[in-house]
Formats: sequence, C-alpha cells, structure tokens
Amino acid sequence: MTDQRSQAEIVRRSLKKRYRKERRFRAYGIVAIFIALASLFILFADIIAKGHSGFIKTTITLNVTLDSEQMYLDDPTDSDQVSMADFNAPIIAALQQHFPDADSAGQKRELNRLVGSYGSNDIKDRLSANPELLNTTETFEFQASDQVSVYVKHADNPRYSVRLSEQQQAWVDELVEKDVIGTGFNDILFGRGDSRNPGNAGLLGAVVGSLLTMLVTLALSFPMGIAAAVYLEEFAPQNKITDFIEVNINNLAAVPSIIFGLLGLAVFIGLFGMPRSVPLVGGIVLSLMTLPTIIISSRAAIKSVPPSIREAAEGVGASKMQVVLHHVVPLAMPGMLTGSIIGMAQALGETAPLLLIGMVAFIVDVPGGFFDSATVLPVQVYLWASSSEQGFIELASAAIMVLLTFMISMNALAIWLRKRLERRW
Amino acid sequence: MQTANLLPLVLVLAVVAYGLALMRSRALAAPLGGIRNLKALPGYYAARAALWSAVPALIVLAAWMAFEGRVIQDIVIASLPENTWPESTGQASLILSQISNVAAGNLDPNFVPDHIRAAAGVLETVRDQSGDFKTMLVLLIAVLGAAFAWTRVAPHINARENVENTLRRIFFICAAVAVLTTVGIVFSVIFETVRFFGKVPISDFLFSTSWSPQTAIRADQVGSEGAFGVIPLFIGTLLISAIALLVAVPTGLLSAIYLSEYASRKTRATVKPLMEMLAGVPTVVYGFFAALTVAPFIRDLAEAIGLEASSQSALAAGLVMGIMIIPFVSSLSDDVINAVPQTMRDGSLALGATQSETMKKVIFPAALPGIIGGILLAASRAIGETMIVVMAAGLAANLTANPLESVTTVTVQIATLLVGDQEFDSAKTLSAFALGMLLFIVTLLLNVVALKIVRKYREQYD
Repeated sequence: MTDQRSQAEIVRRSLKKRYRKERRFRAYGIVAIFIALASLFILFADIIAKGHSGFIKTTITLNVTLDSEQMYLDDPTDSDQVSMADFNAPIIAALQQHFPDADSAGQKRELNRLVGSYGSNDIKDRLSANPELLNTTETFEFQASDQVSVYVKHADNPRYSVRLSEQQQAWVDELVEKDVIGTGFNDILFGRGDSRNPGNAGLLGAVVGSLLTMLVTLALSFPMGIAAAVYLEEFAPQNKITDFIEVNINNLAAVPSIIFGLLGLAVFIGLFGMPRSVPLVGGIVLSLMTLPTIIISSRAAIKSVPPSIREAAEGVGASKMQVVLHHVVPLAMPGMLTGSIIGMAQALGETAPLLLIGMVAFIVDVPGGFFDSATVLPVQVYLWASSSEQGFIELASAAIMVLLTFMISMNALAIWLRKRLERRW
Repeated sequence: MQTANLLPLVLVLAVVAYGLALMRSRALAAPLGGIRNLKALPGYYAARAALWSAVPALIVLAAWMAFEGRVIQDIVIASLPENTWPESTGQASLILSQISNVAAGNLDPNFVPDHIRAAAGVLETVRDQSGDFKTMLVLLIAVLGAAFAWTRVAPHINARENVENTLRRIFFICAAVAVLTTVGIVFSVIFETVRFFGKVPISDFLFSTSWSPQTAIRADQVGSEGAFGVIPLFIGTLLISAIALLVAVPTGLLSAIYLSEYASRKTRATVKPLMEMLAGVPTVVYGFFAALTVAPFIRDLAEAIGLEASSQSALAAGLVMGIMIIPFVSSLSDDVINAVPQTMRDGSLALGATQSETMKKVIFPAALPGIIGGILLAASRAIGETMIVVMAAGLAANLTANPLESVTTVTVQIATLLVGDQEFDSAKTLSAFALGMLLFIVTLLLNVVALKIVRKYREQYD
C-alpha cells in the first residue's frame, strides 16, 4: 500500500518537470520550423532588396542640336565621314546649355562622362536612319553612365561606392532637380544580350538560350522518360536485367549534377566532337540528368492506374500494347506531365554541368538556333554575380527574380494540373 | 541542309508514308470485302510504314551528327602540309579554331599563314559535302524504308505484331539509356583518370597534402611542378558538408517531428509546401546569397567580436548549404516517422508517456535507421553540391579545420579546372576527371548504403 502511494507520489511530483520537458520539446520544433521559414523569407527579401533597382534604368533627356560643324559631318549617308565624325560634341554642347560655366576641356570631358558610352551611337543611328535631321534640334533620351546610375539609385547605400567627382555630383543633383535625369523601366534588361557594361547588359540572350536548351531537354527526356517508365512498369520481365536497370535509374537520380557535366565534356564534346557552348549539347546533358526524375514520377503515375482498367481492356480482346497505349498511358498522363514539369523546372535552374560544357562564355548575340553559342539564365546569374563591376550585382538579383518567376510559374502549373486532371481511384 | 530542317522533313516523309500505307491497305481490303479480312487494322500497316521510314533514317542522322565533327576535324588536319602538322592535341585545337574562325569570317584571311587559309577552304568544302551527303543519305533511307513497308502491305501479314514488337524494343532502349548513361559516366571518368595516373602517381594523389594544379606552360618556368594531393580538398569538402549537416539535421528533423506529431492539419498544409520551396530554389541563387550576403555578414560579425575571418569562409558556404538541404532531411524523416506503426504510438501513450517521451523513447529509436539513411542521402547531396561552393568558398587549398578560413572543395576544383580552354593532355585538366571519379565513387557508395538502409527498414514495418 505504502509502496503504491509513494510511487504515485513520485509520478505526481515528476509531472511538472515532464510537462515542462514536453513544452520545451514542442518549442524546439517550432523554432526549427521558424528557422527554415525565416531563411526562406530572408533569402527572398534579400534578393528582392538587391534586385528591384535592376529593373530601373537612369536616363538623361537632352535637346541635342545636331550641328554639322561640331560633328565634322556634312553628309550622314557617307560612311567614311560617319566613321570619322565626333558624335560626342553635340551631347557636350547640349549639357553645356544647362551648365554654361563648364568650359574647360577637363570639365567638358567630365560632362561627357555623365552620358553612357552608347550615347554617341544613339545619335549616329538616328542620323543614319534620317539624314534630313542634320542641323535640327532633336530630343534624345540617353542612357546615363553607370557611375551616374549608381549615384542616382544607390547614393545612400554603403555597399556601393560612388565614383563621380564632386563637380559631377553637383551637376547630377541639379539635373535631377530639373527632371533632365530621370528613371524608367529598364527595357534593356529584356531587350538585349549580355554586355561588359552593366547599363547595356540584358537578359534576352540568356532567356532565349534557356528556352532552346529546355526545348531540347523536353523533346528528349519527356518521350524517353515515359517510354522507359511504361517498359519498366508494364513489359519488363522480372529478371536481372530489369533489376540492374532499376538500380541504375535510382542511383543516377542521386549522382551529383557536375558529374553529368564531365560526361558531356568527355563524350559529346571530346568523343563526338560536338561544338562547345551550344544549346543542343546543354539540352542533351540536362535531359540525361532529368530522365531519372521523370521515369520515377511516371512510374508512380502508371502504378496508380487501377488493375481493373487493364483487366477490362484485356477482357474485350485488346493486346497488351493496346491496353497500355489506349488506356493506361492516357489515364496516367496528368501524373506524368506533373512529374515532367517539375523535372524541367529543376533542369531550368541547373548550372554546374553547363559550366563544364562551355556555356559560360561571354556571348553578346542572342542565339538564333540550337547550334549557336549561348548561355542560360542561371549561368548568366553566375557570370554577373562573379563580375567585379558593381552595377552587375543588381542585375544578377534581377536575373534571379526572372529565373524564380519562371520556376514558380512552372511549379504552379504542375500543381494546377495535378489538382485539375488527376483522378483518384 | 541544316539538321534543323532535315529532321522535320524526315517526319513529314513518315507522315506521307503513313497516309500512303493507310490508303493502300484500305484499297487492298476493299475487293476482299472490307478491312475485317486484313490480318491487322489499316492503322497498323500505316504505323509500320511510318516506323520503317522514320526510325532507320533518324538513327543514321544521329550517328552522322555524332561523328561528323570528329571526322571533319581529322580530314582538315590531314589536309595540312606535313611539316605543319600539330604535335599535341592542344596545338591541334588551336590550329582548328584558327581555321574555323577564318572559315566563319571572324578572322581576316590575310593575317594567317597560307596553309591555314587553304585548310579553311578545305573545311568549307568538306562541310558542304558532308551536309549534302547527309541530306541525300537520310532522305534516301527514309524513302527506301517507306517503299519496303509499302511492299509489305498485304492482307496475310500481321502488321500489328510487327508494330507492337518494334515499339516494345524502342521502350526497352529508352529504359536502357539509364544504363548507357552510367556506363558513359564511368568510362569518361575512368579513361581520363587512367591517363592522369600515368602522369601523377596514385599515391601522390591520395596521400599528398598539397594541391596546386598549376603545370608549366614552358618547361623552364618556376614552380612548374604541379602538386596533386587530394587531402586538402577532401578536408575542405568534409568541413563544409559537416557544417551543412550540423545546420540541416537538427532543423530538418525537429521540424519533421513537429509537423508529423504536433501540428494541425492546416499548419502542415501551409508549412510543408513552403519548406519544399527551399528545395526548389536553384543552387546558383543560394550561391549568390552565400557569396554576397552571408559571407560579408559573417566576416563583419567575426571582426566585431575580434576574430579574423576570410571573406570566403567555409562557414558561409556551409550554412547556406545547410539551409538548402533542410527540406531533404525533413521530408525523408517525415516519411520514416510516418512509417512507424500507429500501434507503437498508442501503446506508449496508453502507458502514460507524454508525446515527447513517446517520440524520444519509442518512435525515434524505431525510426533511427531510416533517419540515418536520410542523413546519408543529404550528406551525398552536400558533397556533390557545386554552385554554392564555387561562388562562396575559395580556390586556395588550405588544410584547416577552422570554419572562418577559406577552403576549397572537390567540386570547386573540377569546375575551375574545366571552365575555359582545356588541353586534354595536361595533368591539370586530367586531374579534374580523377576528382570526378573520386566524387562519383564516394557519392555512389553513400547512396547505395543509404538506399539499402531505408529499404530494409521499410520492409520491417510493411
């Protein structure tokens, strides 16, 4: 009797401590989830904070008098004259209208540096297209130089260093006041290829390169993945060969992606002599990499089709292949599509294997085909992030935002498809 | 003709063959009294014609494309005068790129020696000829295949069996691609690795403690001897992976426990997809985050408390990599915890244990093998991860265990050694393949062991 009472006593006395432990354990779990979600939030917030300014460009709007004497140009259709002409002179003159005191050669040079290096090209292009504009006054919206851009956008940000002289800073302040220097949507980011100069660098080349690479990946891995899954689920005999194939697929799914780059380099480029840096080779390598993912999810989709469907089809005299192609595959298609889209989203974000097959080259032109040198979005992020020019940091973050937008919409599409089309048996 | 145009053309031919065979089988069936007198439905005769026309043509096209570049290179090199033949592969690729630049018009022909200019001409002719031959051959095979199938449209032939057998074979080949990929990986690394060990003894590679893969461009250069000791790389990889696992295992495990045992259905439905998002973020984004945000933060923090930290510290790369593998650990542990039978839970709770006691004393021990399998998978993921370390870890091979110093990893070295121009006969380039082989073996072992543990454990409760 006394024993029992004392045991109950012990339990009662320890209860408080045990409940405290219980609460503590629960709190650990909440903290762990909080850490995971906080890192996700910080990651996204950091990218957006760094990248939102990448979508904004700084412009200088000037009324430029295209004076033929200043430019040493009588005839804009004469290519010899055009190549010798001084298209910076009218820009300097236009800026001097705002600052009549800036007269010395040094000051002129400083004024000229406010406008980006492509300013003279803008004048040249417009003049060559419309020669009759010579000696008239035209309004130009120039791209501000990178230094001005950094000063206007990030003057208070300690991570950026302003590289303008005090004189130039005073000029820029005044021009901002007068609304000559303004900001606008950075259409260059979506309209041009890469450049050494952050103000002129765009993502179009990388986006098109990604698109071409993904087309190759899709064309190879989707049909092959489904065919392999169908074979393994429906036709494969239970033998060593099948086992071996299955083990291989499971292991390939866990092989580090950079190894696939070694494969691409040694086999496709080394052995077959295929060209470097092209979307075709990139797409083949990525499709070998995503194939296991697609096979595994397609097999799950095929498995979920109930046997009654197969039996019913066989019962009315369909051959095995007819059962599979007419009934099983169409019914499993939503699941296969979902798996493939998720695999493609993975491939879209993959960088490491593409580094090895040369898709990291600096390429200005937008690729026009599967055999043109190209780069892809994540590699562009890598290239810009490792550039020393400070203007590229915001561009890299902006490129990340574009990449994440693509990936999130692909995943959303997959989720929507699954909700919409998948049947529960 | 360009392959981009040739491919649709072959497909169009296949469609034409399909239509013709369809019409022919119907025409043959009509006098016999309808298509029920054929051995197979007309669609199968048609499908067989399409397969006969497209499959051999596409195989030839693929084979031609695979070997075209190589053969053309050899022909061009052979066309050079004998005294200018390249002595090494590096020289050969230099000459070839010069030739193709002249042919493409990127290089002024007046700036190059005569034999290069001549070779550029040869290159263009051979390329044109190859394109013409390829087009003719592929189209010829497509037409011949279709014609053959046309003659085999007959009422007594069972086309369905032919088509189904062919399709089954194609499906098998698709499944076997996984094996071919593995074989390709193994051969591509083994081949170059053997060549590497011909230049650098295997004992140096495995046991030497210094890594500086610079080999001389000129023989008389200072420091021309490269050092290829893999130990510092291995220590660096282990250091970063260990930091990552220290972050990911507790966080992932505890959140999986909370989500599966305590959280309401609604919380789980919102938190789980959010955590999976961490797994979907591209690794280059994590690399960017590690290099530009976390690393400077850690450096400043360390300076504030009086420590010295490198701007490319192992800690930054490890922390961010840890965040990346949290969802792996949590979803794998979630699976294993859920696989523990409910009866064990109920039994423990009925004896008066609290939920946390049930978890710690009953479920966790039962799930332990599966959790260890999950951790091994996460470790193999961490070891093979490339972009985070390429961007945030350093290049210098320091033999250190201090997480605030900069270390380098196996994957970083593979990536840096192989980006840009390579000479396939220098030890520097070949060493990347030896590292790749090492990486492949280590991750493969980890995966095999992990999968075995997970599977064995699952069978126990099923």
